[in-house]
Amino acid sequence: MSTDSIPALSLVPKTEGKQSAKDFKTDQEVRWCPGCGDYAILAAVQGFLPELGLARENIVFISGIGCSSRFPYYMNTYGMHSIHGRAPAVASGLAMSRPDLSVWVITGDGDALSIGGNHLIHALRRNVNIKILLFNNRIYGLTKGQYSPTSEVGKITKSTPMGSLDYPFNPVSVALGAEATFVARTVDSDRKHLTEVLRAAAEHEGTALVEIYQNCNIFNDGAWEPLKDSDVRDDVTIRLAHGQPIRFGANGEKGVARMPDGTVQVVTVEEVGAQNLLIHDAHAHDPGVAFALSRLSDPVSLQDTPIGIFRDVPRASYDRLLREQLAEARETQGVGDLGALLRGNDTWTV
Amino acid sequence: MSKELVQLDQVIIRFAGDSGDGMQLTGDRFTSTTAAFGNDLSTLPDFPAEIRAPAGTLAGVSAFQLHFADHDIMTPGDSAHVLVAMNPAALKANLKDVRRGGDIIANTDEFTKRNLEKVGYHASPLDDGSLDSYKVHPIALTSLTVEALKDFDLGKKEAERAKNMFALGLLSWLYHRPSDGTIEWLTGKFGKKPEILRANIAAFEAGWSYGETTEEFSVQYEVRPAAQPPGTYRNISGNLALAYGLIAAGQCAQLPVYLGSYPITPASDILHELSKHKRFGVTTFQAEDEIAGVSAAIGAAYGGALAVTTTSGPGLALKSEAIGLAVSLELPLIIVDVQRGGPSTGLPTKTEQSDLLQAMFGRNGEAPVPIVAPRSPSDCFDSAIEAARIATTYRTPVFILSDGYLANGSEPWLVPDADELPEFPVTFATELNHTDADGKQEYWPYKRDPHTLARPWAVPGTPGLEHRIGGLEKADGSGHIAYDAANHDLMVRSRAAKVAGIDIPLLDVDDPDADATLLMLGWGSTYGPIGVACKHARRAGLKVAQAHLRYLNPFPANTGEVLKRYQHVIVPEMNLGQLAMLLRAKYLVDVISFTQVRGMPFKSDELLQAIEDVLANGADK
Ligand code: SF4
Repeated sequence: MSTDSIPALSLVPKTEGKQSAKDFKTDQEVRWCPGCGDYAILAAVQGFLPELGLARENIVFISGIGCSSRFPYYMNTYGMHSIHGRAPAVASGLAMSRPDLSVWVITGDGDALSIGGNHLIHALRRNVNIKILLFNNRIYGLTKGQYSPTSEVGKITKSTPMGSLDYPFNPVSVALGAEATFVARTVDSDRKHLTEVLRAAAEHEGTALVEIYQNCNIFNDGAWEPLKDSDVRDDVTIRLAHGQPIRFGANGEKGVARMPDGTVQVVTVEEVGAQNLLIHDAHAHDPGVAFALSRLSDPVSLQDTPIGIFRDVPRASYDRLLREQLAEARETQGVGDLGALLRGNDTWTV
Repeated sequence: MSKELVQLDQVIIRFAGDSGDGMQLTGDRFTSTTAAFGNDLSTLPDFPAEIRAPAGTLAGVSAFQLHFADHDIMTPGDSAHVLVAMNPAALKANLKDVRRGGDIIANTDEFTKRNLEKVGYHASPLDDGSLDSYKVHPIALTSLTVEALKDFDLGKKEAERAKNMFALGLLSWLYHRPSDGTIEWLTGKFGKKPEILRANIAAFEAGWSYGETTEEFSVQYEVRPAAQPPGTYRNISGNLALAYGLIAAGQCAQLPVYLGSYPITPASDILHELSKHKRFGVTTFQAEDEIAGVSAAIGAAYGGALAVTTTSGPGLALKSEAIGLAVSLELPLIIVDVQRGGPSTGLPTKTEQSDLLQAMFGRNGEAPVPIVAPRSPSDCFDSAIEAARIATTYRTPVFILSDGYLANGSEPWLVPDADELPEFPVTFATELNHTDADGKQEYWPYKRDPHTLARPWAVPGTPGLEHRIGGLEKADGSGHIAYDAANHDLMVRSRAAKVAGIDIPLLDVDDPDADATLLMLGWGSTYGPIGVACKHARRAGLKVAQAHLRYLNPFPANTGEVLKRYQHVIVPEMNLGQLAMLLRAKYLVDVISFTQVRGMPFKSDELLQAIEDVLANGADK
């Protein structure tokens, strides 16, 4: 794959030699719990980056706080483990001042949606060239098991012995609500799907949000089990593919269609006819249908959960527009002359 | 008709009116004319936090004080010689600041029964004898303006709006100010609206000729230009000087300037100003909140920019955690705090120095941050460059503690030669700097320079130096996560030693005969009033020394020795004694804390009184 033609990466220098996953590993001992879903995501990222062919020194991973946020320590690139919730802001400052970098944010459901919710929505609407990987395990792991903003209502945890009361966020709905230009969802254990989504995110100019369903086997084991268990997953998961009719089920017997009342619903193919299934359009300018798709899933049973790319639309990135303004200022006014600036227009001489 | 011309050595004028009366503009304009004329000057705008408080109320009064002289002055002055009061509220709110015998020019059109009652006057103070100790000039400014503009194609409201130009014309006549500058300025401002332009010029000229013809004023005053060192001058406010200082600092360090900020009074003007200078390669980012502003700046610093965040007290509180991160990352970052009255939202448009301890200690853990405090509006320029020098040399966040008075106040500034500014170009790390036990070369992000204790700054994009940094404690040298106790102790002490060892000049003491027993020691914007108080004290034969701290962390190396040299040390501050607390704790010297938090600068008279009191009563202490 050549990255020259990809606007999101065209300013990032390329590697000279050939890279392998090994080049992206550090000598630091990985300290997640054995069996944690984070390992699979780390391996997928390390395995996929060589495909981009970017100079390793021009890749930066920035994280907040939480289990997932240890990720940068294990990547042999530049990296910063920042503070709780603020990684999108730190990454925005870096990306807008350094167009030659490929900047990635690693965050979790607590980090991105609770303490850092404000930064997340503003990064998404602003469309700075950063790629946000949100590891969603529906629990606080590092602080040892409190419910998170994506936990289902009634969750019994250390801080909610009688069950949590607040209704969860659906990160994809939140991102689409903020009119993010790239929104996708994938699963830690599905290496192929995860890699495809990462590739599409990397190629997108602007902010990309990738929600990764991740298993915390210590505090919330099996949270995404219906999407992983080979007996039921095909019946539960809706795989979105741009330009294809949305059809799922063990035997392709189910699908998604737009109803006469305008709503988008899960139907049986038999009932509506295959030709009437909704064709997934990730490039649709209006985020309405993508939002409707994000609402199909049941937050508890996970029945009818779409994965894949919900939205991928072009909109000039904030940092590109910023560079254009800087260039325009120089073109129209000339490079700044400090002496003239300091003197101003209203001086007198003694 | 030619009137008597009286020479004065200095004048303090206060313009006061409703927020909508254009008093700040009138004051600014009078200031420019006065600066161009060659007087030394100092200004103090004083406006309400509300954009348009209800008309005619005390809360809505906006004032602008200008002090100008034929000699070097340091403050906007204690009390005014002349008050221009556009309505009863303006009179009531400002009368206490007018000296007895001073002139009061009152716009009688606004002294209606209703307006008087609004501010609790039962009878008009212009008639009831309560102002007998002042020279009152009752002038129908509004109707005179409307009359002067009757031939213009303007509505009554529009004509009335020009009354501030009438007042400016009158004052310009009274103080013998040249008028060309004002007419030129009006042309620039209203050039696209010829009718409004001509009306404003006509109102200005009407004010001028009113002065010349009326019997209300029998004399005209003149304040001769001040003797100043030769060079090119301009008038500059603290916020503007700070913005220019940051742009200049970028050139001194040879780094692009990046500002991450969130609007807040009274710091927003720095954001506005820097956003105009993109051709200097300055990037400004108005973030979603204060935390994002500083966090984005940290990201830019990691990428190799001269990173800045600007705020005021409440915003600084929000930024604390991120500043701690910058301390731990050991990246250069300039944090500008334009202090205002606190706590909480406090007094947004009033000045105070109450964030010193917040800047010193307002973070979790041992997180020392150097502090530089400008002493005057134009000193904000040099302070910005100095903060950048410290930040880049020592790889550390640095505070600039300005305040509302410096930010909005202005003074003449001898414009520096851009080619003669200090140079401190940054060298990024490009080479491996450590050999491990097996003889393998590696990059250690926390290997300190033995002299400055600064760590190397390797920016992303540098091949071979890939590394990870973060807020977790790091192993000395390698920078890997390290939880071990001895290493933490070493790192905490190393960060403290780095800041303590910053190279700064010694504290200068002004003690003309080297025989003073009392030292006035201040910091920040109190420099002017303290200087005037010392001058007056010396004139009265008192032995007083003055010293002013520009560096509050670390303190200059001779601070303790200076403190111990004097029998009495008075520390005036616009807080409840924050510097005094630091000095006592560090040097075990019983300094006398002299404080006020009225939202306005000290008056030099009250400082003089403090000096007299201590010298009279404190001698046998
Ligand atoms: S606590 Fe959970 S999320 Fe954290 S490392 Fe362990 S398994 Fe992974």
